[in-house]
Amino acid sequence: MTVDFRFDEDQARFRDSVRTMLAKECSPERLRVLSTSESARSPELWKQIAALGLTGLLVPEEHGGLGLGEVDFVLALEESGRAALAEPLAETAAVAVPLLTALDSKSLAAEWLPAVAAGEATIAVGHPENAFVADAHVAKLLLLERDGEIHAIPPARVEMTHQPSIDPLRRIYTVEWQATSATRVASGETAKRTLAAVFDRGAWATAAAQIGVADAMVAAAVAYACQRQQFGQVIGSFQALKHMLANVSVRIEYAKPVVHRAAFAIAHELPERDVACSHAKAAASEAAAMAAKAALQVHGAIGYTWEVDLHLWMKRAWSLDHSWGSAARHRARIAERVLDGAGPAPSFGFTPGV
Amino acid sequence: MDLKFTDKERAFRAEARAWLEANVPREPLLSMDTADGFEAHRAWEKKLYEGRWAMVPWPVEYGGRGANLIEWLIFEEEYWRAGAPGRVNQNGIFLFGPTLMEYGTEEQKRRILPRMASSEDIWAQGWSEPNAGSDMAAIRATATRDGAHYVLSGQKTWCSRAAFADWIFCIFRTDPGSERHNGLSFIVVPLDAAGVNVRPIAQLDGETGFAEVFFDDARVPVDHLIGKENDGWKIAMATAGFERGLMLRSPARFQSAAARLVALYKKEAAGADPVLRDAVARAWMDAEAYCLNTYGTASRLVAGGKIGAEASLNKIFWSEMDLKIHETALALLGPRAELMPDAPAATEVDTWLDGFLFSLAGPIYAGTNEIQRNVIAERVLGLPRK
Repeated sequence: MTVDFRFDEDQARFRDSVRTMLAKECSPERLRVLSTSESARSPELWKQIAALGLTGLLVPEEHGGLGLGEVDFVLALEESGRAALAEPLAETAAVAVPLLTALDSKSLAAEWLPAVAAGEATIAVGHPENAFVADAHVAKLLLLERDGEIHAIPPARVEMTHQPSIDPLRRIYTVEWQATSATRVASGETAKRTLAAVFDRGAWATAAAQIGVADAMVAAAVAYACQRQQFGQVIGSFQALKHMLANVSVRIEYAKPVVHRAAFAIAHELPERDVACSHAKAAASEAAAMAAKAALQVHGAIGYTWEVDLHLWMKRAWSLDHSWGSAARHRARIAERVLDGAGPAPSFGFTPGV
Repeated sequence: MDLKFTDKERAFRAEARAWLEANVPREPLLSMDTADGFEAHRAWEKKLYEGRWAMVPWPVEYGGRGANLIEWLIFEEEYWRAGAPGRVNQNGIFLFGPTLMEYGTEEQKRRILPRMASSEDIWAQGWSEPNAGSDMAAIRATATRDGAHYVLSGQKTWCSRAAFADWIFCIFRTDPGSERHNGLSFIVVPLDAAGVNVRPIAQLDGETGFAEVFFDDARVPVDHLIGKENDGWKIAMATAGFERGLMLRSPARFQSAAARLVALYKKEAAGADPVLRDAVARAWMDAEAYCLNTYGTASRLVAGGKIGAEASLNKIFWSEMDLKIHETALALLGPRAELMPDAPAATEVDTWLDGFLFSLAGPIYAGTNEIQRNVIAERVLGLPRK
């Protein structure tokens, strides 16, 4: 036995089956149709996602879920980004589920987790680090923060205003609602601890999706560069493009282990999980933004069109960039821990001399 | 995935830490790129060898400890934490050694590796030539078979450590009619052989970290050929994989530099601007990311995997990170950054200036970063060569 960074065969197989399903059921053609629909959501697609076990992956077995962990989930989240899946997988399955599980009162978990696992409900989450609530319009329940407390609000009691944004598939809302003692589900230290964990999870799950988004854009750029000809040769043979894409690859490949380590840190409740999650989001956000710019440049004018699919991923990259904290926000959070803290920074392996 | 160190690994770390605390020289050694400093570093290597810490991941029969690569990373963490001297035999122990382990005969391994592990023999690298730098397949130095010997002719340059080293591993053209990657062979040469002349080259800091080596009909026995004749390119690429991918730059080197940078920031923080604060945070993050990625690579290798073209991603990442760490440190030092350590006004400048100069070489040696980007584009991403 030794430190081992590899995923096991089950995890790799699960990633493959998610990739296969999404390639078929969440194709760019399908996304285009969804983006012009009223809700941009497909209950059928959500059912298929649930059937694979994704929505119930973190749901304990007694509530009808798989009872698995974040390390089992992270590759599937990457796949959701690769497919530009816009359904609220991260918010519902990776953030809201553990939030409900962590509450002192178990009744809310018992009420909602089986429905989430079965693909019958999505849950939206409002957190002070987010200006908007994603997918409020389709949520069966909203878990919202106010004054450091967490409230569970049914959608009928929320006045929501759609904020049209660059990504027509990822719908974001401002919400108005009344907090009462009856809606409050966490306060004091429990709420504080839960909200911190929610921020870590939101950042990590979004980072994982951004990895997939970034990978997909590089793949699209490579495919295009291998067939587009100028000056009598394919443009992918030009060093200027090669080096641009190589630089993006470096950033993506070095963001991946950070995201994977964050999954492990959450799963094992390591004390440095806040830094690990912030690092994941900062690295993945930057990699995705860089990939978007490079992929557009490689495509040239055709990449700037509605007709070519690239914009589906670019818009997701831009949208997720500010979701659950921007890269700058997370670097600032790391700086507080690493530069302002008294003790040594929480390094992996290496411990500075004392 | 299990990222928690096992009890065995913790015990290994404690053992390494205790030995290093008891044995690391209290004062820094002279520069290894001076004659006296070179021998001081050799003496340190011998001490490491006597403690069985010189070649942690090598098999015991070749002078190693028989540890796995994860344990090697742990040892490296403790080594850098202890502030131990640089490894004067790094070209041998980290690059040629692993190559020989894969391609050498049993006789060659037993002849070469134990003396390398103990640093009785310190190794230099001789690949580049005046007209074969990034375009390494343009190598022209020749090795001509003459009975039981090869006769060597030509010139190698930028040979790290060759000014004071004992042996050099080279690539020569053995097939006179060959072109490019074909017809090259991997041959080792004692630097004191007749017909071998070493001319040290002063680097921009004035020291002779590398040298030119001239071969004027020098003769070496045919058993100095590593692997098959005319198979040298493949073997050289394996060496380059070790160099770029894992062993030459273990993560603790950069985590250690990042920790010193954080300490410098804390000391100089009054008036430090938010851009520098962000740069320090980035440097720390990059060193962590490099560490995590390396543990990933080591995990795959321990499980029987191989290093491929992704080694080029690694080389770009560490070399650019190293440069940024040092640029940030100099920016924090402000006007003191340009001072040599013996300048009267040079308070707490550490070795940042020297490290900065060294970091500038990173994007050049071990294959320029431009070549690495080509490798990534063509062999990782699948873009066409032409």
